[in-house]
Amino acid sequence: MNPMHYLYAAYIATWVIHGTYLGILVRKYSRVRREMESLRK
Amino acid sequence: MKRGFTILAFVTAVLLCFALYEALIVAPTEQTMGNVQRIFYYHVPSAWTAFLLFLINFVSSIVYLIRRNTKADILALVTAEVGVVFCTVVLITGPIWARPVWGIWWAPGDIRLTTTLVLWLIYISYLVVRRFSTSGKTPVIAAVVAIFGALDVPLVYFSIWFFRTQHPSPVIGDGGALDPRMAHVLLINWAAFLCLGWLFCWTRYRLEFLKREVEEAQALESLMEVRR
Repeated sequence: MNPMHYLYAAYIATWVIHGTYLGILVRKYSRVRREMESLRK
Repeated sequence: MKRGFTILAFVTAVLLCFALYEALIVAPTEQTMGNVQRIFYYHVPSAWTAFLLFLINFVSSIVYLIRRNTKADILALVTAEVGVVFCTVVLITGPIWARPVWGIWWAPGDIRLTTTLVLWLIYISYLVVRRFSTSGKTPVIAAVVAIFGALDVPLVYFSIWFFRTQHPSPVIGDGGALDPRMAHVLLINWAAFLCLGWLFCWTRYRLEFLKREVEEAQALESLMEVRR
């Protein structure tokens, strides 16, 4: 395999991991916001 | 507070783009490994960031055990979680670098690799305890686990000094002979990942704080319903 593919794979993997974590945070945040809204009602 | 967060998010985004440009374009190509060596600009800063976060987790856990301070407990949880994210990056990018350079994905029995994997597993266990334990003593148990877990950090860091390992020698400090241009790019990438780690911690801290407030309000509401 071309060595450049390993470089791209490592960089993409890093961003996929960070992106996934960011997605998890956003999902948790919207769930907490929903719960806050239902408490206000 | 909101303005500070926006500024940090903007600075992080700019730094990450600049760091990527520096790592891929500006940094000189290493003579023996070629372009694969550029993985180092993501691998090493991620490891340093994870170590720093685990250190903060260690200090917060001690503070929690002494003072029973809720903020210290939240900070410990947050830094462990974000530290695991960065440690995961280390464990994924390391083997991707090792395959073309060593010819293998993983060197079984290598102390640096094994202790890093153990460190990751310890903090995963910490997060599992925090997530699934329903005991009121969970923060105390977690703080004790964190203190024992942190003992693995110096072992990971200094293992390349004291043991024979396949992992490359230190690149900065004693024994390090890194090209100054590479060191410059490495430090820019570390600054970018530190900002990203800080941003994650800030978001997660706020989220945990809100979550606990909601849980308290829900508990109060159910108590009032029972009384009615």
